[in-house]
Amino acid sequence: MAQELPVIQAPPTAATFAPEDFDARLATHGIKLARAGAIETLQVNVGKLCNQACKHCHVDASPARTEIMMREVAEQVIEALRRYSFPTLDITGGAPELNPSFRYLVTAAHALGTHVMVRHNLTVMFEPAQLDLPEFFREHRVEVISSLPYFLEQQTDAQRGQGVFEKSIRALRRLNAVGYGIERSGLVLNLVYNPVGAFLPPKESSIEADFKRELAARHNLSFNRLYTITNMPIRRFLDYLRRTDNEERYLRKLVEAFNPNAVEGLMCRSTLSVDWRGRLYDCDFNQMLEIAVSPELPQTIFELDAERFSGRRVMTGSHCFGCTAGAGSSCGGAVAKT
Amino acid sequence: MAYYEEDDLRRFSEIGKHRPDLFEKFMAWYEACQEDGALTRREKALIGLAVAHALQCPYCIDAYAQASLEAGSNMEQMTEAIHMASALRGGATLIHGLQAHNSVNKVSM
Repeated sequence: MAQELPVIQAPPTAATFAPEDFDARLATHGIKLARAGAIETLQVNVGKLCNQACKHCHVDASPARTEIMMREVAEQVIEALRRYSFPTLDITGGAPELNPSFRYLVTAAHALGTHVMVRHNLTVMFEPAQLDLPEFFREHRVEVISSLPYFLEQQTDAQRGQGVFEKSIRALRRLNAVGYGIERSGLVLNLVYNPVGAFLPPKESSIEADFKRELAARHNLSFNRLYTITNMPIRRFLDYLRRTDNEERYLRKLVEAFNPNAVEGLMCRSTLSVDWRGRLYDCDFNQMLEIAVSPELPQTIFELDAERFSGRRVMTGSHCFGCTAGAGSSCGGAVAKT
Repeated sequence: MAYYEEDDLRRFSEIGKHRPDLFEKFMAWYEACQEDGALTRREKALIGLAVAHALQCPYCIDAYAQASLEAGSNMEQMTEAIHMASALRGGATLIHGLQAHNSVNKVSM
C-alpha cells in the first residue's frame, strides 16, 4: 500500500525563490506567450482523491483528500465537448478512476467521438471494483498514460510509496494482456518518467530506450512512448525541496536551463484546464496554485465560450520555468523543437 | 575560509577574469566535449564521474553526479563507474610494485 504522507493544507504557494519574472525572461527573447488559435485538449482534473501519496505530487493528492468533481460539473464537461468538439479529453486527478463520475465521463466523451486520455496511476486497478479497468479502457479506446518513474523498484517506491513498483508491474501486465502497449493493437499505453528527486529529466529518447529494454528483459512488458516530465516546484514537491534544502538549487537549475525553443510547444497554448468545481485555468499547475485564466475570459465551464480563448494571454508565474527547462516539459513529455 | 566552497562551482567563469580569451577557448572546447557524438552524453557523463573520482575533485564529483542523473544513469551504474576509477587507481599503484621489485632485484644477489 502506498506510504501515506502528511497532507499539506497550507494555502497554495509557488516557490519563494524567483530570481526573475518569467514574462520578463520571455521578453528578452522577443516571445509573448499567448494561446494558439484553438483549444485542442480539455484537461479535466476530477479531484484530489488518490490511493497514493507520491512525494513529487503537485496536486497534493492522497487518500485523505475529499475534493472531487460532482456529476453536474461532469455533465457540463460533456456539454462543452458536444458544443465545441475539442479533439481530446484528458482526464487527470488524483486517481480519476475513484471519482463516481469517471466512467460516465469516459463513456459519454467516447460516444461523442472525442479521443479520451486517462492519467492512470496503475495501482488503482487493485482498489475495490476497479479490476476491470483494462477492459473498460479497451472498450472506449482510451489512451492510457501511466507514471512509472523508473524501471527499478527502489527508485519507484522511493517516490510513489512502498510496494507501488510491484503493483505497477502487475497492472502493466494486465494492460499488456488486453492489448495495451502491444504493437499494431491500436491501444496506446504511454508511460511517464519523473525524476526521483531534485534534478532534471534525461533526454526523452534515451531514457525511453532504457525503459523499453529493461522492462522487456526484466518483466516481459511493452509500452508505446515514454514521456519525460519535469517535477514542478509546487505543493508536495516544493515541500520536499524545502525540507531537504534543495529549493534554491533546484529553482536556479530550472531558470538556468531556460530554453526559448520550448515555448512554442507549451501545453498551455492549446489546453484548457478544468478543476473539480468547474473553474478554468491555463494548465494543471496554475490550477493547483489557483491562478485562474485571464480575468476577461469566462471563469467556469458553465459559462465557457471557447472562441474567446483564441490568441489570449496565458497566466504565468515563476513555476513556468519548470516547463521551459532543458527539452521542456508538458503532460505529453518534452516539447522543445530543437 | 573553507578550502572548498559549494558556490564556487557556479563562480567558475570568474577564473576568466584575467585572461578571458583563454577561458573562452577552454569553455568552447569543454562544452564541445560534452555533446552527443560517437559516445552518448550519458557515457561521457559517466566517464566524467569516474575521472572526477580519480582526480578527487569535489566540484567535478558534484557536477558529474548530477550530470549522470540527468542523463538517466542510476546509482548502480554510477557506482560501477566509480569502481572503474578505483580499480584503475589500485591497479596503477600495484603495477608500480614491479618498479620496486626491479629496483630491489638490481642490487640483490
